[in-house]
Amino acid sequence: MHEKEIIARRIAKELRDGDLVNLGIGLPTLVANYIDPNITVFLQSENGLIGLGPSPEEGHEDPNLTNAGGQYVTLNPYGMYFDSATSFGIIRGGHVDITVLGALEVDAEGSLASWIIPKKLVPGMGGAMDLVVGAKKVIVATTHTNKGKAKIKNQCQLPLTAYKEVDLIVTELAVIAVKENGLQLLEKHPDTTIEEIIALTEAPLHYDTVKDMEV
Amino acid sequence: MDKTLEKKQFQALLKDGLSIMVGGFMTCGTPETLIDWVVESGVKDLTIICNDAGFPEQGVGKLIKNHQVNTLIASHIGLNPFAGAQMSSGELNVILIPQGTLAEQIRAHGAGLGGILTPTGRKTIVEEGKQLMAVNGVEYLLEPALGADLALIEIAKCDPLGNAVYAKTARNFNPVMATACETVVALTHKMVPAIDPEVIVTPHVFIDYIVKEHDHA
Repeated sequence: MHEKEIIARRIAKELRDGDLVNLGIGLPTLVANYIDPNITVFLQSENGLIGLGPSPEEGHEDPNLTNAGGQYVTLNPYGMYFDSATSFGIIRGGHVDITVLGALEVDAEGSLASWIIPKKLVPGMGGAMDLVVGAKKVIVATTHTNKGKAKIKNQCQLPLTAYKEVDLIVTELAVIAVKENGLQLLEKHPDTTIEEIIALTEAPLHYDTVKDMEV
Repeated sequence: MDKTLEKKQFQALLKDGLSIMVGGFMTCGTPETLIDWVVESGVKDLTIICNDAGFPEQGVGKLIKNHQVNTLIASHIGLNPFAGAQMSSGELNVILIPQGTLAEQIRAHGAGLGGILTPTGRKTIVEEGKQLMAVNGVEYLLEPALGADLALIEIAKCDPLGNAVYAKTARNFNPVMATACETVVALTHKMVPAIDPEVIVTPHVFIDYIVKEHDHA
């Protein structure tokens, strides 16, 4: 299984019936493919809709119906549209249950860097800062390392998206919770070891019982 | 009362140095015809306020590529390489603002407020140089309200006075921008005799001028 699929499948298990969820661009978007068909999850897109449906069939794209990544989408039954101020009222106001987004770096305190590499890549923060501050639960979806370089740090070196807001980190190797006293290793991929995960993680990891990830 | 504008009358509203809000999200909901007319007018030193920098051949990206923009206030510029290049060369002053803060600063101006208190951006580089304010023990950033000289918005349809509804996610920043500018020009795809008062999104009092898309498409 591809590492992105492992991450997306595991995060999908965090979603509960009735949750309002915002999935970021890229890897987090894949989570939608693995939501339990027996539950109803409402997907929000910050450009102004709740009830994000599947991609349209070819030839049925509507230029007035896109997600926050600019891709053509569809609207599910009971879905609706709203303006940007309402959209971020929903987000900042704490009405989004879960936001899932990627990371350049995430650290032992749950701070996240995801929007800028100074002088190299300056795309802008878009809606990420509001989402991470406003959502009830923040899940970071990321490969465990950047080509072997640790992404889970003692302290983020890049400019922050938000300070101490991340709740859960899901990688292709591990599920890690952010606790008051640091990072807690909850689950590991069946094909890896705790020692390997520790070696690939800059931040210290606490652990008691470590379960195998359901993948 | 006739609010409709032709191209020449629209271009007479333009001048160098204007601040212009442009609706749209990655150009979904951007009034392209009006942008084309601004490009054709050749006005310069514009301050553009838009969610993003558009694409090189779409949305406000066309104004950036044509070197008409001095300052861009946006939440994201990653899809228009001209914006990044002009920022690096010093030609374009880019002010990046979290998307929700941008929307709310604009809404605040339209609603007559001086600014907003938001938790977004706390302990990040966004808070540099800004005033912090504690309310009930929680610290917020004070972000000033944001208005502009001109708003260019896109609507799906309106009645002759400009009571407007939008199309799906083409709504985005358009309704808030319509409240926050000295002069508001709406590009409409359809003009109808009347709209059900229960479903009007933008009341006509916010719309100064209407350009009919089908006359020019």
